Amino acid sequence: MERSLSLRAAILSLAILAGLIGAWHFATLPTTGAAGDVDPEYAALVSGSAAEGQKSAFPTPADVGATLWKHLKDPFYVRGANDQGVGIQLAYSLGRVLVGYGLAALVAIPLGFLIGMSPLVYRALDPFIQILKPISPLAWMPLALYTIKDSGISAVFVIFICSLWPMLINTAFGVASVRKEWLNVAATLEVGPLRKAFRVILPAAAPTIMTGMRISIGIAWLVIVAAEMLVGGTGIGYFVWNEWNNLSIGNILTAILLIGLVGMILDVALARTARLVAYRE
Amino acid sequence: MDARVKPGHDEGPLMTKPLISIEALARRYPKHGGGETTVFQDVWLPIRKGEFVCLIGHSGCGKTTILNVLAGLDQPSAGVVIVDGREISGPSLDRAVIFQGHSLLPWMTVMQNVAFAVTSRRPDWRKDKVRAHCQKYIDVVHLTGSEHKKPAELSGGMKQRVGIARALAIEPKMLLMDEPFSALDALTRGSLQDEVRRICTATEQTVFMITHDIDEAMLLADRIVLMTNGPEAKIAEIVENTLPKDRQRTDIHKHANYYALRNHLLDFLVTRSKTFASEIGAKGYDPRHPPVVRPGAKPTAVETEPPKAASA
Ligand SMILES: Nc1ncnc2c1ncn2[C@@H]1O[C@H](COP(=O)(O)OP(=O)(O)OP(=O)(O)O)[C@@H](O)[C@H]1O
Ligand SMILES: [Mg+2]
Repeated sequence: MERSLSLRAAILSLAILAGLIGAWHFATLPTTGAAGDVDPEYAALVSGSAAEGQKSAFPTPADVGATLWKHLKDPFYVRGANDQGVGIQLAYSLGRVLVGYGLAALVAIPLGFLIGMSPLVYRALDPFIQILKPISPLAWMPLALYTIKDSGISAVFVIFICSLWPMLINTAFGVASVRKEWLNVAATLEVGPLRKAFRVILPAAAPTIMTGMRISIGIAWLVIVAAEMLVGGTGIGYFVWNEWNNLSIGNILTAILLIGLVGMILDVALARTARLVAYRE
Repeated sequence: MDARVKPGHDEGPLMTKPLISIEALARRYPKHGGGETTVFQDVWLPIRKGEFVCLIGHSGCGKTTILNVLAGLDQPSAGVVIVDGREISGPSLDRAVIFQGHSLLPWMTVMQNVAFAVTSRRPDWRKDKVRAHCQKYIDVVHLTGSEHKKPAELSGGMKQRVGIARALAIEPKMLLMDEPFSALDALTRGSLQDEVRRICTATEQTVFMITHDIDEAMLLADRIVLMTNGPEAKIAEIVENTLPKDRQRTDIHKHANYYALRNHLLDFLVTRSKTFASEIGAKGYDPRHPPVVRPGAKPTAVETEPPKAASA
C-alpha cells in the first residue's frame, strides 16, 4: 500500500516534469531555428523589437540542458574574477551562509536558553525581538557596509541577522514551555541547575530549537542570493546578477535550478538532524 | 486486633513521633470580584513511619495541592509540614513522588529514566553499580526485558510501573502518590495495586496516596483520610482499616467488616461529604483531632485508656 503510493507519486512527478518540459519546449520552438549562433542573436535582441525578441531570447529546454551539463562538467574553473565556475560561486555562498548561520546559532541558542528560563527576561526582551524580527535583513546592509566596510563580511552579517531571530525565538519558546511535570520530576530529584539544563530542558526543547534552526537556514539561503546581488564580487547571487547583465538566460536558469537544489539539501540535512532529537510523548 | 471507637484525643506513644506532620495547612486563592476563596483550611495530619495513608475526597477539594505541598513543589497559604522536627522548604529526595500521568522523560529509555533518579540520589556511585541497582527495581515491577524501550513504546500500565520503579529506586523515606492508577484499566490496576502492596509491606514503606477508588483504599491503606467537599474543605474523619493486615484482593470481600467499611466510605462520599458542615455544627469539631472511626469493629467499650497492645 505504502510502497505503491510512493511509486505512483514518483510516476506522477515524472509525468508532471515531462509535461512542463514539453510545454516549455513547444513554447520556445518556433524562433530557435538557428540554434548555433545564440549569443549574437541575444545581443541583437536587446536593442531589437520587444515582442518577438523576448520570445526567441528564451532558451529551449535542450539549450538549458546543454548549459547545465557544461557547468556540471567543469564547476570549479577560474578564469579571472568575473568568470568562475558555478561550483565555486555556490561554495562562496554556502560558506557565507554557514559562517553567518553558525555564528547566529552560537549566539541565539545560549541566549534563547537564558531568555526562556527567566519569565522576567522573556518579557523584558520581547518588545525588542518583536520590533527587530520583521525588519528585512537587507535593510541592515547599508548600515553593515558603512560600519564594517567590507562587502564579504557585510553579507555574512546580514545572514547572521536573518538567521538569528527564528532560532532565538524558538529556543526561548521551547525552553519556556518545557512541561511542568518534567521540571517537577527534576525538582523532586533535587537535580542541580546545570544537570537540569542539559538532561531535562535541552532534550525537551530540542525539537522546537531544531524547528527554529530549520526555518533559519531556509531564510539564510533565500537572503544570501539577494545580498550577493547587492554586494557583488562572488557568490551565486552575484553570478545570477552577472548573467543577467550578460543576458544569458540559460546560465540564470541553471543557477536557479542549483540554488533550489542546494536549498533543498540544506533543508533535508536539518530535517534529518531534527529526527535525531525528536521524541514521542 | 482490638475494636474500639477512639474519641480521637489519644496522643498515645505512636502519635508522639510522626515521620511527617501536616499542621494547620490552608490554601487560599484570590477571588475574581475581590476577597479570597479558601480551598481547604486547618488540615492537620500526622503520618507515622511505615504507615499507608490514603486521602479520599471529591474532585477539587485540594488533594493534589496537599500532596504537592508535602512534596515541596507547592507552598501553602498557611500552615507547615514538619519532617524530622523541621519545616520543609522544598523538594527532597527523601520524599519520592509518583505523579498522576506517569511523567517519565520521553527521550530516555526505561533504564535511563530510573538511572537519572538513582544518580541524583547517589552521585558518587559508579556506572555499573547504578545499573545494577536500577535493574533490581526494574525487575521488582516486572519490567525485565523492557529496559531499553522508550516510554512511547510502553503501555499505560508499564509506564506507571516505570514511575513506581523510579520512585522506589531512590529508596525514599516516604512515597507520595497522586492517583497513580486512575488512568489504568481494571485488570492492570488490580495487578499494580497488588505489586505496590507487596513492595510497601515488605519494605515497610511510608506512603501517602490520593485516590478516588474506595476499593483501592480499602486494600492498600492502614488509615483512610476523608475530606469534605471544597471550598473550605477539611478533614472530616479518619477511618481506620478494620480488615486484617494480610488481606488479599481475592478474599477481601469475604471478611465480616468488608461491607461495614465499604458502606461507611461510600456513604461519606455520596452524602456526608456535602452535609458534613451541618453535622459538625451539632457535635463540635476539633480540626487538630478529627474523629477516628473503625467501621465494623464492634464497639465493645469506649475505652478511657488505650491498651498497651494497640494496633501497630
Ligand atoms: N490558580 C488557581 N486559582 C484559583 N483556584 C485554583 C487555582 N489552582 C487551583 N485552584 C483550585 O484549587 C482547588 C484544588 O485543586 P486540586 O488540584 O488540589 O484538587 P484535587 O482535589 O486534586 O482534585 P482532583 O481530584 O480533580 O484531582 C480546585 O478547586 C481549584 O479550583
Ligand atoms: Mg488531583
